Amino acid sequence: MTSQTTASESVAVPAVVVGTEAASVDAPPPADEVRKSVFHRLRRDPQAVITASILLTTVVLGLLANVLPQHGPNDVVFANINLPTGTPGYPMGSNTIGQDIFSRVLHSINTAWVSALIGASVALVVGTTFGLIGGYFSRLRSGVEWVFTVVMTLPGILLLILLMPVTGGDFRATMLIYGFLMSPSVYRIVRNQTIGVSKELYVDAAKVSGVTHTRILFRHILSVVRGPIIIATAFLTGTAIGVQAGLAFLGVGSAEIPSFGAMISQGFRAINIDPLQFIWPSLFLGLITASIVLLGNALRDALEGSRPKPQKISATQTTGGFAAEATEPADPTAVLQVRDLGIAYQSPSGTLNEVVRGVNLRLRQGETLGLVGESGSGKTQTAFGILGVLPLEAKVTRGSVLIAGNELLGASEPELRQLRGTTIAYIPQEPMSNLDPVYTIGSQLVEGIRAAGDLTRPQARTRALELLERVGIVDPERVYRSYPHEISGGMAQRVLIAGAVAGHPKILIADEPTTALDVTVQAEILDLLRDLQTEMDMAIIMVTHNFGVVADICDQIAVMQRGQIVETGAIDDIFDNPQHEYTQMLLDSILDEDTIRQDPPAVVTQGAST
Amino acid sequence: MTAPLVEATGLKVAYPVSGFRRPPVEIVHGVDFHIDAGETLGIVGESGSGKTTIGRAILGLAPVSGGSITFDGADISHAAGAARRALAKDIQVVFQDPYSSLNPSLTIGRTLAEPLLVQGWDKDKATKRVLELLDRVGLPKNAAERLPREFSGGQRQRVAIARALAPGPRLIICDEPVSGLDLSTQATVLDLFIEIQRDTGVAYMFISHDLAVIRHISHRVGVLFRGEIVELGTTAAVTNDPQNPYTQRLLLAAPVANPRAQRARRAERLRLREEQEATYGGLEKLARRGIARAAAETTPRQFRKAVSS
Amino acid sequence: MLLYIGRRMIAGLVLFVVSSLITFLLLSMSFDSIIASRLGPGATPEQIADMAARLGMDRPVLIQYFNWLGNLFTGDMGSSFFTGADVASQLPQRISVTLSVVLPALTLSAIVAVGLGVWAASRGGWVDKVSQGFSLLGNLIPNLLVAIGLVSIFAIELGWLPATGFVPIEQNFGGWLRSIIIPVITIFIGGAANIANQVRGTMIDELRKDYVRTLRTRGVSPRAILLKHALRNAAGPAVTVLGLTFITMFGGALIIEQVFALPGFGTFAFTAATSGDYTVMLGVMSVGIGLTVGMNLLVDIVNGWLNPKARVY
Repeated sequence: MTSQTTASESVAVPAVVVGTEAASVDAPPPADEVRKSVFHRLRRDPQAVITASILLTTVVLGLLANVLPQHGPNDVVFANINLPTGTPGYPMGSNTIGQDIFSRVLHSINTAWVSALIGASVALVVGTTFGLIGGYFSRLRSGVEWVFTVVMTLPGILLLILLMPVTGGDFRATMLIYGFLMSPSVYRIVRNQTIGVSKELYVDAAKVSGVTHTRILFRHILSVVRGPIIIATAFLTGTAIGVQAGLAFLGVGSAEIPSFGAMISQGFRAINIDPLQFIWPSLFLGLITASIVLLGNALRDALEGSRPKPQKISATQTTGGFAAEATEPADPTAVLQVRDLGIAYQSPSGTLNEVVRGVNLRLRQGETLGLVGESGSGKTQTAFGILGVLPLEAKVTRGSVLIAGNELLGASEPELRQLRGTTIAYIPQEPMSNLDPVYTIGSQLVEGIRAAGDLTRPQARTRALELLERVGIVDPERVYRSYPHEISGGMAQRVLIAGAVAGHPKILIADEPTTALDVTVQAEILDLLRDLQTEMDMAIIMVTHNFGVVADICDQIAVMQRGQIVETGAIDDIFDNPQHEYTQMLLDSILDEDTIRQDPPAVVTQGAST
Repeated sequence: MTAPLVEATGLKVAYPVSGFRRPPVEIVHGVDFHIDAGETLGIVGESGSGKTTIGRAILGLAPVSGGSITFDGADISHAAGAARRALAKDIQVVFQDPYSSLNPSLTIGRTLAEPLLVQGWDKDKATKRVLELLDRVGLPKNAAERLPREFSGGQRQRVAIARALAPGPRLIICDEPVSGLDLSTQATVLDLFIEIQRDTGVAYMFISHDLAVIRHISHRVGVLFRGEIVELGTTAAVTNDPQNPYTQRLLLAAPVANPRAQRARRAERLRLREEQEATYGGLEKLARRGIARAAAETTPRQFRKAVSS
Repeated sequence: MLLYIGRRMIAGLVLFVVSSLITFLLLSMSFDSIIASRLGPGATPEQIADMAARLGMDRPVLIQYFNWLGNLFTGDMGSSFFTGADVASQLPQRISVTLSVVLPALTLSAIVAVGLGVWAASRGGWVDKVSQGFSLLGNLIPNLLVAIGLVSIFAIELGWLPATGFVPIEQNFGGWLRSIIIPVITIFIGGAANIANQVRGTMIDELRKDYVRTLRTRGVSPRAILLKHALRNAAGPAVTVLGLTFITMFGGALIIEQVFALPGFGTFAFTAATSGDYTVMLGVMSVGIGLTVGMNLLVDIVNGWLNPKARVY
């Protein structure tokens, strides 16, 4: 249940195309385009093209197993034992009992593909069906879940071997059972995805519209789950082929069925006669499984976009020259001065898109500056830019950030650490996600306190308890020992404020600190911030979209639109007499408190509602 | 006077908790209200108050554990399967999050046509209706062929409104429909809601945490606190002269976008808080005043567990 | 926490019973053919029935199962069909051979994979390329081929290491080490690849979370953020994968043991299954299930310890 806006500011990075579309046949063009774009990407990916061609070639070779070779796979000709590769009629030579290796390799390809087909389809059908059921119908979930937990405890390959007397070693029966044993991996993927999609409001909206469960499952859920299923299938195919080869290598199965495993086993025993006897089947087996895995990776890249990039913790990169002096002189009276700040994100094509374009801000001691704007205006990016904690993809393109005469842009992470916590501090928007879930509140506070000053552990503990009490927590000892999930959102925000002010910072950057909170809690948090500010003589930058909050706590306002500051001034001036038309528009959009809906309920003429 | 369109009597909603033999968590502790045809009932409350849950109970998305909901005189508390699907024609919804409420892989046209097709409309008629709906909510005709990601938050919310309007419902549950929108978009979307109501006579249950929004659109307002309605009355009565101490606090807690007025309101809020704490003690006791039942307390953790299961 | 462990243990026990029951039922389908094969091809139906009655295999399957289960809990797994040797006393030795290959491989995988994963996630550059290449390589080729490839190069071609055979550790440490090197490397390659991939992914996810940014703004060092916070949060999924890897390695040891002629648990199971030695098969089965259930239990407990939220359930 959500009751409050979380108007978090998103960066205007072009959205990655989601590789999904609806299952229905009568798809209008755009949905097809999505599918096409996945297909196009695959077609342009050499890895996908090459591996798919290899796999296709093996399938064709397998289909021609009874046509191409001159001998049957089990034909034993004692006169022709151990023929070398290249002998006429025996292109890959013959084995220790005179069978044609070429013929056996081609038939083994068929065995491998049939194994893959049986194993993967059983796993796919069982896993997907129950994954959808378990994910969608929450009442059935725990039961289905339990069944799959049982399946997972069945002892895998061991079971296949123990069941040899039952299956008679038939590789098809074995792979059927193995399909069941592999199904939990598909089940888990499908279940998790389905639970995720089921929480989407469009599924609720479909239910409200009278769409049946079956139709919802097929139209809304399966289309999203499909991508991960395709990827999983690729890997299951490879596993099934590998396991079948392993079992055949052990000698599970009929000697009549040519298979890579059996061939490798036989060739391995003849390694001193001619290593090629086991190298040929190994080569084909390796080629097939490697191609499957590589194709699976290519599919994943095409369907899910590029893989996540490493996250190095370091100060934001700066590019280009710094020409701040030209735009504005340094102001010695300001505790923080931002001049001509530019922040850009790299687009996939490599060009830099500026989301913050030459921002100037000036913050004086003890003053609160409201940085106001709508979503996407760049206000949070500006705040992160000042703190030097922009995401890795962001670059500072120009400008200057001065704190007490020190230039922050271009400073290294260790240099910035000296300032963080003690000179400049931060309060985030979403209280819960900003606490580490696995450590107690107390230990997180102590860590911050010790990072910002030279306190012993017991001293830091005392300080943390004092801070908790100061931010209005009734039972500091208990909260100190609590984990983040054990406290409410309002309390978590108080804890974060305690952490921010622990090192007596001169500047506090608060990024929508009350947006995720209830109004009654918001009022108290604003009171708290105001008190702390007076007490510690802090300057605050209050990033917000809420003019009520601005009116409550700010002295100055800077209005931001599309990465630029369009107007700055004292709050009374701006509220009374806004100069820029964007500011005027924003102020006009505020719902007037004095207007209450006056018109009477609509007259209903039965059935006329269109 | 005709009978109300919707009537809830002693409505309770409880979510089952996963785990062996754990008692369900009750979110809504027995509320009474009604909505007349063509009117807007605003429901205001904070997180955990159960306001979304009440809406979901009417929609059949939350389990009714006590009391009843009637629609047009018929009991729909436990309507399921075909009976529930039949209600789709009359009761619709617009959710808060315009991003999650549209399937990203379906075109706007197909999203809008879906409720019509399941009602048995033929395809040509449905297509025509989709264009009509797009026009009604102020979107261009070619929007039908486009995907949700090509639209802004405000435009998506217009699509969601169009979807709700598609079958010509008599009631739309609006669950924080403007909370995710920017200030400048909020006002225009609200005006669209009002305009549509005047034109079609549809009734709204308008759920919000934002009093300003509630004042703007509601004929009557119910104030919800921890699963109970602590005050219910005309918008003017509830927001200008609140009787319940919790409502009084709530009204004063919302900051007004005017520095001078806010300074005064802040002083008034602090004064009231002191006065109320002297009289009643904490917030808990103060909200209980005026309501007979004592509600079982729901801690945030239980609550989160219940709704996420 | 104790309550949590207790609950997990009971759940594990139930799981063991259900899972072994299913396997027992599946195996019971082959009882007749097992007896027939033991008596030889000329056996009459009367002889088979007589034999089944003597072995108690004519009784309802459920009763047989619960008899077997009851005996199992008293430590009695019966004796081999053919050799008459006590199953319970043979198992530990066989298992220890397998474990002496699997445990070093698992330890090596864990160390290399976690190191590589963390490094790749937080540094990028060539380390990340190496780690990704390594993950791919481990998945690319079936274990069987890796084993055979390593044997033919290092044992047969170069003659550096013994191709087959096992030397118990208490007999000769150097010999033991030489006998396990190739099998351990074979198993390690497959295992480490998956774990490294998993650790890299979860570490990247963690490092993108909001709390990392907030810790940075408090002046906490990148090193502490990486190792104390992100790694601790990423440890849960890593432990789960480690548990799964152990189970896969133990099951996969079957093929490895065959290639290297190690007298381990897999070989024991395989011999029993091919000869139809069904008391041994049941013993092997209970160990297989027991290890899986036990490993899951261990993973649950470690995760409960790592993640305070998990303990609630």
